[in-house]
Amino acid sequence: MTLDPCDRCEELLQDFLDRTLTDSEWQEAEGHLTGCDYCRRRYRFEESLRRYVRTTASERMPPGLMDKLTELRGLDATA
Amino acid sequence: MSEPGPDTEARRIATEARDRARFEEDALALADQVYRVARRLVGSREEAEDLVQETYARAFRSWKSFTPGTNLRAWLLRILTNLNVDRGRKVQRSPQTQPLEEGDYYLANKMASAAGEDALETDDVVERLSQDSIVNALADIPPQFRDVVVLVDIGDFSYADAAQILDVPIGTVMSRLHRGRRALKQHLAEGAVS
Repeated sequence: MTLDPCDRCEELLQDFLDRTLTDSEWQEAEGHLTGCDYCRRRYRFEESLRRYVRTTASERMPPGLMDKLTELRGLDATA
Repeated sequence: MSEPGPDTEARRIATEARDRARFEEDALALADQVYRVARRLVGSREEAEDLVQETYARAFRSWKSFTPGTNLRAWLLRILTNLNVDRGRKVQRSPQTQPLEEGDYYLANKMASAAGEDALETDDVVERLSQDSIVNALADIPPQFRDVVVLVDIGDFSYADAAQILDVPIGTVMSRLHRGRRALKQHLAEGAVS
């Protein structure tokens, strides 16, 4: 049974953005995306989402932690 | 013919002290990146701080087992994820319920029905998702999937590094990553888009 081309494109989404598709899968996805606004928009959305998740979920180290870590320097293997 | 004497011994000690200091500096320079990953692997800031401190304590004690020239950040994260598992990590909030698995377009489809098809092409459509909703959705992914999503999508580790850190085959990393990302989008779709 062959998949609907958009379902097939949905399956390739993650590997496409991770650049882990084989050459033929890559061509298949590219070919479909050129002519399909529906999938192209969803790929575009996924790209923005990944960037957004990375930024919003990244929390800086709390002040003071670096000093605590620096104090650990020189810890003895037997300690 | 010089016998190894006090000079050689002194030089060896000096070299070791220098190597050790360099290792410690290199490790400390990565602390912020290590913390960012730790923070999303555990439930609270306090736990993340503890975990990072335990990690550095262990790393500094066993610095000789690090092979110079290999990936120090991955080495630190391997210590960290092992410690996290040893601590018995928080009991899963939702006991073993596997989420229904929606496809990769699920969240985009929800966004499109809320904001319109064209909105998917704008940079700010994702901002409809609050920071809290992202953080909560990540926290709700089952731990074994979350570890991989956090390492790859937040920590920027390659599949190969993630496989080494978690001591699982690379194929397992890929399938957990795919499922974890889908679970994340499903949580976001259910929580955030009205």
